[in-house]
Amino acid sequence: MTETRETGGGGTRPLLTVRDLSVQVATEAGAKTVLDRLSFDLTGGETLALAGESGSGKSMTALAIMGLLPKPMARVSGGAIKLGETDLTAMDERGYRKIRSARVAMIFQEPMTSLNPLMTVERQLIEVLLEHEVCRRSEAPKQALRLLKDVRLTEPERRLKQYPHELSGGMRQRVMIAIALACDPEILIADEPTTALDVTVQAEILDLIRTLQAEHGTAVLMITHDMGVVAEMADRVIVLRHGRQEEAAPVRELFAAPQTDYARTLLAAVPRLGSAPARPQAEARKKIVEVDDLSVRFDITGGILNRTIARVHAVENVSFHIRERETLALVGESGCGKSTIGKALLGLVPWDGSIRVDGVQTRGRSRAMMHPVLRDIQMVFQDPGASMDARMTVGEQVIEPMRVHGLARGSELQDRAEWLFKRVGLSPDMLSRYPHEFSGGQRQRVCIARALSLSPKVIVADESVSALDVSVQAQVLDLLQELQEEDGLSYLFISHDMAVIDRVADRVMVMRLGQVMEEGPRDAVLRDPQHPYTKRLLAAVPVPDPTRSRPAMPDAAGIEEASPIFPVGQSPQRIALHDLRQGHRVARVAATTP
Amino acid sequence: MWGYLLRRLFESALILLGITFVTFILLYLVPADPARQIAGRSATAETVANIRDQLGLNDPLFVQYWRYLAGLFQGDMGRSYLQRAEVASLIMARLPASLMLMVTAIVTELIIGLTIGVVAALRRNKPADHSLMIFSFVAISAPQFVIGILLLYVFAVQLGWFPIGGYGTWAHFVLPSVTLGLLGAGWYSRMMRSSMIEVLNQDLVRTARAKGLSKLRIVTRHVMPNAILPIIAMIGIDIGLFMSGIVVVESVFGWPGIGQLAWQAIQRVDIPVIMGVTMVSATAIVLGNLLADLVAPLIDPRIKTK
Repeated sequence: MTETRETGGGGTRPLLTVRDLSVQVATEAGAKTVLDRLSFDLTGGETLALAGESGSGKSMTALAIMGLLPKPMARVSGGAIKLGETDLTAMDERGYRKIRSARVAMIFQEPMTSLNPLMTVERQLIEVLLEHEVCRRSEAPKQALRLLKDVRLTEPERRLKQYPHELSGGMRQRVMIAIALACDPEILIADEPTTALDVTVQAEILDLIRTLQAEHGTAVLMITHDMGVVAEMADRVIVLRHGRQEEAAPVRELFAAPQTDYARTLLAAVPRLGSAPARPQAEARKKIVEVDDLSVRFDITGGILNRTIARVHAVENVSFHIRERETLALVGESGCGKSTIGKALLGLVPWDGSIRVDGVQTRGRSRAMMHPVLRDIQMVFQDPGASMDARMTVGEQVIEPMRVHGLARGSELQDRAEWLFKRVGLSPDMLSRYPHEFSGGQRQRVCIARALSLSPKVIVADESVSALDVSVQAQVLDLLQELQEEDGLSYLFISHDMAVIDRVADRVMVMRLGQVMEEGPRDAVLRDPQHPYTKRLLAAVPVPDPTRSRPAMPDAAGIEEASPIFPVGQSPQRIALHDLRQGHRVARVAATTP
Repeated sequence: MWGYLLRRLFESALILLGITFVTFILLYLVPADPARQIAGRSATAETVANIRDQLGLNDPLFVQYWRYLAGLFQGDMGRSYLQRAEVASLIMARLPASLMLMVTAIVTELIIGLTIGVVAALRRNKPADHSLMIFSFVAISAPQFVIGILLLYVFAVQLGWFPIGGYGTWAHFVLPSVTLGLLGAGWYSRMMRSSMIEVLNQDLVRTARAKGLSKLRIVTRHVMPNAILPIIAMIGIDIGLFMSGIVVVESVFGWPGIGQLAWQAIQRVDIPVIMGVTMVSATAIVLGNLLADLVAPLIDPRIKTK
């Protein structure tokens, strides 16, 4: 382990000094060291990123500094955390309470679950102000309002009286930041603050953190798995792996010349927009999926007689096709209807329009009638842990679809399952294990094996790699590509991650509020976007290159605020697409049509 | 809001109508003959037949049911076969005692149950938790008449702290309320414990700690309000549980409530009284659930009455 040489801060004394910090977690097999002798300094006004994949100990470091390690399972087993001259590891709970929020504040990944659902924004803000005696009770509401204005929340007066569920994800994270900055702390710890947010919202929140940091001179400890976020935010980086420091360097040096193998692998695995090789054209191949005028609406009921009072127009007149051996990527922010399209293809939600899978019309088919269609089209979901039955062996789960569809029986089932496991890169003797015995990446391989068991022609991959670490993500993407080349599979690849889409897609379809904004070949849509919404999406993606100066976000001109909910009888205005060239089609922009 | 209330009241009325129908059929199917009960053992077959005729028991089931319903809509619950009084006035005379007992029992079970649940959750897997959970287990599994008699023996007979039975002063309420509430206290303590533990593990508690709040404030302002949400719905259902308990407890303590009235009526096949008591308890259950649903959105802003 090398001693980190600190360079930042221009010679001022560090606010926070962490020396040889170790954290142990009690497991059934005894104490396990999850953080091993980590040392670093944090000086005023700088941003230090702790980067690493899951299990690297980055969150444990944050919780250890805040004194919030989950007791009694985890404890600081060695080293020192010094805030100025105070040693935090020796601090009792009473003393720590005076430090939290007042001197070191923290924001978390999930702003929804991190806020109390039963308290208004105002009460949650005032609570922290009064606890640390920042102001008098009578002035607290005014102070709370000022804080909301500070984090650039729209309509701050109204927000004060609202509950967390009435706010969007981005607004909630702004409220969390307002709470964290209420006492003007010296240090802000941000633990994956934008991981749960849409990419444009992420860009706004990161921007806000940067602005506030400049205004208040706060030191930021940024914890993230996303090397793009690291490149955009950090002055210095510590790369962690399995609780050990792999590399510590100023951000530009790390990205320009990583010194350790792990840092090199990690950076290589990061998907980058525009770096993917060209893909062969699939023009002449047969259309496997043809969708015409697909609409999915969900009723909202209410009133005395529980009648339908409004509808969510989740998908509105969407048409597309997927050819054999082709990957169509559906991209858009949460709530744009991309997952609903995937579900409609498998008949999992009621829909209108026409869907043909390998020439077979699926409209009006009952569950039983869908059976033969489902052999051709299968789905791989986002969370492989939650989409498997925890009480069934993975082998059983791979075999079950083949048994239901009568594809094989007896020992043949076992043989096929073994073969499928080998294909997805798992060992056949893992078949008798249960889902919890696998890592996230392995579980997703099991899910892919299950989807493949019926030898489908199309796989709907709904955010299938979003929950995985980048190195694992790269492996799973490679596997999907291999399967496509060998079996001629087609994919409907649903994702919010532009860089991942860049890597896998032949064609890209950008959705917003249930309608298509832009579609076309990958290179046309991602390299030469025409619609302002696509441009905004692309500009918001954090780029893993610290030397690049951050481009200003294109403003939201031509992208009006809107909701997909309409009263009964009303429909959203149908957006027409016009052809540019070679299948590149784009929605007319409201601003350009008078 | 008012539309919602109106719809729920309408639904409640439908449920009650269904209950009258089911109860009526069940009582019709009972092999005991109320006319024989009224006439006594020594009466001749002719007398019994006369009584049957007078009461209209020879009419077809649906004619009898219709007659009952028609009366009910005019506020007439019929006359008791045996007590020579209107069912409505019999019930009204005894209802206040039962309602008071129920209210004190609910308060008792909530105080005992929630306190135990909170303490057990905060002392999870420590000796205090284990002993409290054993207590709640006993409270759930012990029959109410055993608890009632045991409490009577210890606190009324041996120690003489409370009256042995009867109704009148506040002292009379203590033992019956505890007996009736102990079962619910056992359930609530377990529910509150697991609900508290769940909330304690949620992110919002981590945020509260990161704010530097005191443990007391975190528990009372953040954890308990969130933990109590699933319990509110239970209280409505609970009133049904009380209705069965009240028959036992009123018998043990000689409490002049509708539980005793029901018990006497069942023994002697006094059908109008049985019907009346059933209707009253069904109404209590339905209203209790309605009340729980109306209170929930006041505490949880995420629930909207629609």
